[in-house]
Amino acid sequence: MALIEFTKRGIYCKQGDFYIDPWWPVDYAVTTHGHSDHVRFGNKYYLCHTLTKPIIKRRISEDLNVETLEYGESTIRNGVNISFFPAGHIIGSAQVRLAYKGEICVISGDYKIEDDGITTPFEPVKCHSFVSESTFGLPVYKWQKQEIVFNGIKSWVSDNIIQQKTSVLIAYSLGKAQRLIKNLAGDIPIYVHNSIANLNEVIIDAGVKLPKTIRITPETTKDELQKGIVIVPPAMRDSRWIKNLAQPVTGICSGWMQVRAHRRWQSADAGFALSDHADWPGLMEAITATGAEKVYVTHGFTAAFSRFLNDAGIEAAEVLTKFGQEDDEENKVDLADQNENK
Amino acid sequence: MKRFAQLIQQLELSNKTNDKIAALVNYFNHADDKDKVWVIALFTGKKPKRPIKSALLKYWAINITETPEWLFAESYANVGDLSETIALLLPPAENTSDFQLHKWVEDLHDLEGKDDETKKEFILSAWNKLETQERFIFNKLISGNFRIGVSNKMLVNALAKQSSLDSAQIMHSIMGKWNPYEITFHELINGIHVNTDNSWPYPFCLAYALEQEPEKLGDISEWQAEWKWDGIRGQIVKRNGELFIWSRGEELVTEQFPELHFMIDVLPDGVVLDGEILAVQDKQVLSFSTLQQRLNRKTISKKQLEDAPIGFFVYDILEYEAKDFREEPLSIRRKILEGLIGGLAESPVMISPVINCHSWEELAELRQTSRSINSEGIMLKKLSSHYHSGRKRGDWWKWKINPYTVDAVMIYAQKGSGRRANFFTDYTFAVRDGENLVTIAKAYSGLTDKEIKEVNAFVTRNAIEKFGPVRTVKPELVFEIAFEGIAESKRHKAGLALRFPRILRWRKDKKANEINTLEDLRQLLASTL
Repeated sequence: MALIEFTKRGIYCKQGDFYIDPWWPVDYAVTTHGHSDHVRFGNKYYLCHTLTKPIIKRRISEDLNVETLEYGESTIRNGVNISFFPAGHIIGSAQVRLAYKGEICVISGDYKIEDDGITTPFEPVKCHSFVSESTFGLPVYKWQKQEIVFNGIKSWVSDNIIQQKTSVLIAYSLGKAQRLIKNLAGDIPIYVHNSIANLNEVIIDAGVKLPKTIRITPETTKDELQKGIVIVPPAMRDSRWIKNLAQPVTGICSGWMQVRAHRRWQSADAGFALSDHADWPGLMEAITATGAEKVYVTHGFTAAFSRFLNDAGIEAAEVLTKFGQEDDEENKVDLADQNENK
Repeated sequence: MKRFAQLIQQLELSNKTNDKIAALVNYFNHADDKDKVWVIALFTGKKPKRPIKSALLKYWAINITETPEWLFAESYANVGDLSETIALLLPPAENTSDFQLHKWVEDLHDLEGKDDETKKEFILSAWNKLETQERFIFNKLISGNFRIGVSNKMLVNALAKQSSLDSAQIMHSIMGKWNPYEITFHELINGIHVNTDNSWPYPFCLAYALEQEPEKLGDISEWQAEWKWDGIRGQIVKRNGELFIWSRGEELVTEQFPELHFMIDVLPDGVVLDGEILAVQDKQVLSFSTLQQRLNRKTISKKQLEDAPIGFFVYDILEYEAKDFREEPLSIRRKILEGLIGGLAESPVMISPVINCHSWEELAELRQTSRSINSEGIMLKKLSSHYHSGRKRGDWWKWKINPYTVDAVMIYAQKGSGRRANFFTDYTFAVRDGENLVTIAKAYSGLTDKEIKEVNAFVTRNAIEKFGPVRTVKPELVFEIAFEGIAESKRHKAGLALRFPRILRWRKDKKANEINTLEDLRQLLASTL
């Protein structure tokens, strides 16, 4: 019998009687990371990485019952061995490895291969079956090295400062924001929206080193912001607050910005193809490294990607996700962001 | 090419006209003169001849990247542009170097007539020299149009700013026939070629839609009211014994309309007329759907000549006795026009009549009768107005009658292309026909970005079937569709076709059982014939 099955509530391990990133409330939710489409309110127990615990407590509720594991640590539930390995997606993101009677299954959650300088880098795990995302599972999505992208952002910011424009970067508050802070930190001060500042505090308290940022308050002047870098979550995008800044220009940081049509659709002033998801070569590399006999493809270009894998001799099945959004995850307004903006 | 690639990127990154003009000015200040000529050519739609079919480009890209054809198709569907899909699929360039834009254009031109092997070798080596963005542009040079939101007007404004020349002069100069391989940038913007060319049309003067009460325009006696005709705006140019007919799309359409060729004997040299190409019988304007039978045809049959005879309703005179009259007031131009054309009896060319009216109320009432003469409303032109280049607020207004509307339900949705490649934005609508739904129109525009996202979510959740890129959706969302006309159509199952259908608004207050019926539309059709 297969170790996992795909149900309406999410990925279910029958032998262990627990779910991974369930969509609806369950008794025991193994959680890959803290994004709101992977962790929901209402589960009796949560199991996540140590760094994810304070994040979900902050974002969902302090009252959650949360058990934790470090990377490489394991726990046993109804005979099923559960262990966590770094997924490289955002701080605290984990691939979940399940082992039972010699059969190994890895549910990777969201992942990326490139070391972003702040998240524990992705580590391939050998397994029999592998659940992979495919957010960017088309060969037109090939990322440039992040140094190149960050240089692009830096020169965009410098030009804006000279032209008296205010640089506003749109990045979701958990993950992308910290990655930007880490890689853009320098002489130009970084101003962050409340929701990002709150998460930064949680992350720093958990022991992660983050460069200094300034929380935006009603006292922060437009002039200060114009000379700095402003980072806000997607929910703020069309806000009056941004419109009222000194000549605001917005830059969206998302893998979708790779394609002109998406850049224009977003009608931002600039688009930077910076993603926390694996690109096409990254997906292929990760899957090959697992040595998996069977790959389940979720989230994104599931049909195309699984067909390609099958043609390449890797048995793959498209998982019709009731628990995932259609190919637009990065642009979706994070619910937790919205709540914190209130 | 790097500089041009940067320009394109800047133009795409901003959606503000001023930023775009600034980027263009900056480019024209620094770029190579020969490159500038090509940029103007490309932006005004003067494409170099295609040396290579885009199917071949695709084929070579598929080959060297070892991408299965279906995966290429999936990628293309997501990216929405062939040139860009290829640029993104190719491996990174190995030896980048910066050639000038005109050099690439000339090299591509030289490929003309060469065998496929030579072409392939050239293209593959070019791809290997170019960064992704440059590659995209290079592919566009071969296969496509540069649709990057730069209007002629914007381009002209940038050139005027950069060169301190008059914008109308530049517009006139870049709009017509010139050869980018031969002309220099200086010659082009100074319009050296303009006077020597007999065919030159002028930029059309365009009107904004009247959104206020006409009373706000002041005394009606200062205005000339005309019917707004629903045909193809055109210019008839007669110079040095030659006759040219231009359409508003800056296209020479002289050959398509033999009925108007007699004007070569009627008009003196040095005359340019602005007017509307229409289907006309016994001095009555026929419907646009009749005119349509005559558009974009390489050959015209006798039957078509009989069924849809062409006429030209003259609005204005722009050039007379080889002199530019556009700075004269409309009242003077109209007098000259009447002297010149007024005497043409029994001819398909006539002056578009002025509506004599003494009050705005009276005019408003007459406007309601527009449809009965196949007019789409009223044009208001200030008697003192010059003939402007392009659209200018204040002197000319179009006061159109309200469109027809129908409530219909969405039954299919398809992802858009270009900027909308990842959202379901193209919808097909149906009305009721007894127990069935029958499709009547496809519409792309009319919703806000926010509404599109909402509809997108609905389609994602309520898709019933998948036919390639098309989703059949639960017939639930009702939209009010506006359209300009209705015609019989054998090609459509409904037996009729709507003209210019677009979404007027999303009727969230209506249910699918409250929509219009096919019978309603049939009755409307009968009333217009």
